Amino acid sequence: MSRLNTTKIRADFPILKRLIRGKPLVYLDNAATTQKPRQVIESLVDFYSNHNANVHRGVHSLSEEATNMVEASRAKVAAFIGAPKPESVIFTRNATESINLVAHAWGRKFLRAGDEILLTEMEHHSNIVPWQLLARDKGVILKFVPVEPDGTLDLAKFRALLSPKTKLASFMAISNALGTVNPVAEMIRLAKAAGATVLVDACQWAPHRKLDVKSWGADFVVFSAHKMLGPTGIGVLWGREELLEAMDPFLGGGDMIALTTLESSTWNQLPYKFEAGTPNIADAVAFGPALDYLNALGLDAIREHEERLAAATVKLLEAEPSVSVLGPKDPAQRSSVVSFNIAGLHPHDVGTTFELEGVAVRVGQHCCQPLMRKLQCGGSVRASFYLYNDESDVEALSRALRRTQEFFKIGTTGAKAGVH
Amino acid sequence: MEGDAELQDLYREVLLDYFRSTTRKGKLDPADVRAHGINPVCGDEIEITAQRADGKIAKLRYAGHGCVISQASAAMMGEALEGKTEEQVRSLVKAFKTMMLENAAVSSLPEELEPLSALEGVRKFPLRVKCATLAWNTIAQGLDAAVAGKGA
Repeated sequence: MSRLNTTKIRADFPILKRLIRGKPLVYLDNAATTQKPRQVIESLVDFYSNHNANVHRGVHSLSEEATNMVEASRAKVAAFIGAPKPESVIFTRNATESINLVAHAWGRKFLRAGDEILLTEMEHHSNIVPWQLLARDKGVILKFVPVEPDGTLDLAKFRALLSPKTKLASFMAISNALGTVNPVAEMIRLAKAAGATVLVDACQWAPHRKLDVKSWGADFVVFSAHKMLGPTGIGVLWGREELLEAMDPFLGGGDMIALTTLESSTWNQLPYKFEAGTPNIADAVAFGPALDYLNALGLDAIREHEERLAAATVKLLEAEPSVSVLGPKDPAQRSSVVSFNIAGLHPHDVGTTFELEGVAVRVGQHCCQPLMRKLQCGGSVRASFYLYNDESDVEALSRALRRTQEFFKIGTTGAKAGVH
Repeated sequence: MEGDAELQDLYREVLLDYFRSTTRKGKLDPADVRAHGINPVCGDEIEITAQRADGKIAKLRYAGHGCVISQASAAMMGEALEGKTEEQVRSLVKAFKTMMLENAAVSSLPEELEPLSALEGVRKFPLRVKCATLAWNTIAQGLDAAVAGKGA
């Protein structure tokens, strides 16, 4: 049995009381964004009601309180990911901005024409497009580790693509589209051994699994608060201190300078060098209680709980001859994301019929068009679980699947008639 | 599918028939009008090709992968637009989009678009309206491009 008391947990999430087209909400789109507990919502209300002021500027009480609250959140993030210093935790808008920050502030300064960046075919657009822009401007070359038909990466192919020309290896720890868990520690080790700087997109890892930047040994790690109970508008870039120090600023403006004359400026210390302008103060503050919530339950218990639900979902889907589950077969290589297709049905039609059962799933290409093209599927239906989901959600998904199959006359006994 | 009135309201039988129909699937070569449309919400792509004769759209074909709504809409569009002048086509595109986007009464649809009334249930799913209008926006772009090409 689960170590999580989902009855108690669900009471903390006001949105789970909502009805969708007359049915209770079954929220299975957690890989896109998670719902927020009242502790996070109340933190936002408390900040604006009692502490609101700009940070790092005034000498009045409110400014000091606001500053301290943001810095307390930063310290919690640092502790959550095993970062030795809170100063190496940069708040951005989201993981996408974190990657763009590295592409601009590190890539533009340190990469030269002919240098290679190694990515994988399973990357989210956010870990492809910033590098394409850099390649266009600087003449760096992008290489891609191919994705195997089962949605995994072959370490030997990864190793073979690393060379002395590889200046950066940037890859996701867990696939948002398929739920593949990459051998991230080994990939970091191989890339570092080849002399490359390493960026890990931990968006699908940080909400579910213990992240320790020290033991990983990567140079940059990015993730987003909103996928781990926190508010939207807050992303994290953790970077190795010496790299962050050596980089140019990303955006220029207030708060990021030490001294400005009309001719030039010197940069503020970390992390403020990368936090130009008034930051997203309230959301940074409200990220704190989100991390408290995860810590109180424990990531191990969370992961065990959601992966059990995902495994039950894979099992019921695989029992249907007309359903194909994407991604690796080995449960050890899978996260709590379940991506699937029903033969003869477009994911959008599945998404709409699921919606009529109150079941919220993601349908389409999951911001991974190159991956979907490689797997030769126009898209998929994705159910992704989190700590407040329970068996009733799996049952609702099963009900929605049955209803879809019956309506579109999709055989459950091997016939793949579909609507084609 | 007896009994699932909610789904039947969206996926009317006539839509499923058009979705399965292959009458106007494919590509024309040569083509006088050629347009490529993408639904950014889902990444679905459609390619529309058409041949003109006597100032009218003589033949129209659509190719690509899509959901029931987008494919049925494209099939019905092809049927409705063949034999129409460019001016009529533009006016029909406008009438259809007004029905889908501005909730105009289905009874106000021109006679040629009568089968398209089957898409009225889609309006209860605003995110799916783009599926229904994809082919229509694409043919409109194709006509504009053909005009621009001639003028050049």
